Amino acid sequence: MSEVQIPDTSPARPGLLRQIWQSDLAHSFRQSKVTVVAGIISFGFVFIALFAPWIAPSNPYDMTGISVLNAFLPPVWMEGGDSRFLLGTDSVGRDILSTIMYGSRISLGVGVAAVFFAATLGISLGLISGYIGGRTDAAIMRVAEIQLSFPDILIALLIDGIIRSILGPGTHGNIAFIVVISAISLAYWVQFARTVRSTTMVEKGKEYVQAARVAGKSPGYIMFKHLLPNVMGPVLVIATINLALAIVTEATLSFLGVGLPPTQPSLGTLIRVGNDFLFSGEWWITIFPGITLAIMGLSVNLLGDWLRDALNPKLR
Amino acid sequence: MVAFILSRVLQAFIVMLGVAMIAFSLFNYVGDPISNLVGIQTSAEKREQLRESLGLNDPAPVQFARFISRTVQFEFGISYQQKRSVSSIIAERMPATLELSFVSALLALFIGIPMGVYTALNRNSWLSHAMLSLSLVGVSLPTFLIGIMLIFVFAVQLHALPSFGRGQVVDLGFWTTGFLTASGLKALIMPSITLALFQMTLIMRLVRSEMLEVLRTDYIKFARARGLTRRTVNFGYALMNTLVPVITITGLQLGSIIAFAIITETVFQWPGMGLMFIQAIAEVDIPVMSTYLMLIACFFVIINLIVDLLYYFVDPRLRVDRGW
Repeated sequence: MSEVQIPDTSPARPGLLRQIWQSDLAHSFRQSKVTVVAGIISFGFVFIALFAPWIAPSNPYDMTGISVLNAFLPPVWMEGGDSRFLLGTDSVGRDILSTIMYGSRISLGVGVAAVFFAATLGISLGLISGYIGGRTDAAIMRVAEIQLSFPDILIALLIDGIIRSILGPGTHGNIAFIVVISAISLAYWVQFARTVRSTTMVEKGKEYVQAARVAGKSPGYIMFKHLLPNVMGPVLVIATINLALAIVTEATLSFLGVGLPPTQPSLGTLIRVGNDFLFSGEWWITIFPGITLAIMGLSVNLLGDWLRDALNPKLR
Repeated sequence: MVAFILSRVLQAFIVMLGVAMIAFSLFNYVGDPISNLVGIQTSAEKREQLRESLGLNDPAPVQFARFISRTVQFEFGISYQQKRSVSSIIAERMPATLELSFVSALLALFIGIPMGVYTALNRNSWLSHAMLSLSLVGVSLPTFLIGIMLIFVFAVQLHALPSFGRGQVVDLGFWTTGFLTASGLKALIMPSITLALFQMTLIMRLVRSEMLEVLRTDYIKFARARGLTRRTVNFGYALMNTLVPVITITGLQLGSIIAFAIITETVFQWPGMGLMFIQAIAEVDIPVMSTYLMLIACFFVIINLIVDLLYYFVDPRLRVDRGW
């Protein structure tokens, strides 16, 4: 058995992970400690959102598992705390930590869904606007311009209010989700549309688009097969930044009582419900979800800021 | 130039018409206006009579025209919940919102500008870094959370400030003010800080970046070379030249302050128009909702129109073309 030692001198083909690790993006990620922390926290929230039913200490919405006898227990480090309930319990004896985990799941889920629909709408309208131009472009951009002159949260609130009054009182369950998600996505499509439109206008003059046109491809094919991949970079940045905004907007709507119902609470709903107990001394019911929301919003926001700076060298 | 102004005015007009149309459709087609006005015992015949006398059987365009003509005379109908005219409810609620917004705008300006100047002039001091990090937190945190935190610290823990309402107000006949009593002023502190915080950070960052830009220009270098005092250079030359965009942005933000007042008013149970709107959504009180909708749209349209026109006069480059 001959031992042939082959020295590893081939740096030419590093593994995929190593490639990612050494990319410019990862480098700029590692450069900033704040971004690394924000990234880890965001990843943690994604993990909690995905696996809440398995990692939460209890299922707060399973009526058999909760007991009113455990209501209003303070966090474990305070007098009267119970070791089963790390962050205390709410007015019906639900474990706050578990409600926060389930709430983060809903907050993040609604945020992602809203951004997804906003991006879909914005990208489609932006592509159409930029590629077709003319009157279509003028009409879409005029609407965008008008909407841009109102604050996003106001638009979301107004749309939410209008849909609610059309549906009548008692907008519960899954309908509330649809209402909130559509209100937020209708409030946030503008930025996507404007960015995609301007990129499209640059791209459509290039040879490959002209070639596709000469080859007889339909406008729809050209838009989605050729132009779409080229506008995805900026879209990704806007999506990350808007995710933070969407989470905060959803929380605000829920806090105002026109968002998600207490039966399927997001962090905003938890804060709203807990707010009633702030004065009677049970501060943990509202403050802990509040802190969670703040950390979530801040870390996603920081991540978005970093992505924007990293992908846009002009801003450095 | 006339064409530009006309097109802006026309656009403002179209927006208002669109909003009015939404308000009108909400009013007419969501729920039954009649059953919201009368009791359950009213006979079908009576209902029909009322329907006819209110003109609800007329064709939609006629009704819409009537709606518009009533709206411009400030007749917004009767609130379903409170059974009194919406215009009187608005008149009662408006002072609270305007006072809160006014104080917040002042706070944002008079704290935001000095902070911006300080962070621009002392870029590397720890205080600047602290202010900038804090402003990031201020931008990322939802308004209502800041309000709740303030309530928790200053009302629940320290019992220093009232957590809800306007305190004692003085009725001046057409206006109720909280400026004249100690409890009214105390009640104003937390809501106005909450509302101002976002705008404050925005103004601070704006002043900082504008100031840094201006400090790099040749005329500032020249002014320094002439031996002018730091004070004159920084405040007389640099700050003055940053104020134009700051004023325009603040003007634009005035609308946002009134919009964000919805959230602040809900947190602090401040009896203004925003709280009224939220209650109207919850109770499906459509006349109140649609009136608020039109009012806030009107407000925004006017502000945007003024800012657009101001830009046009201030910035000659806009007169050439207005492409993106």
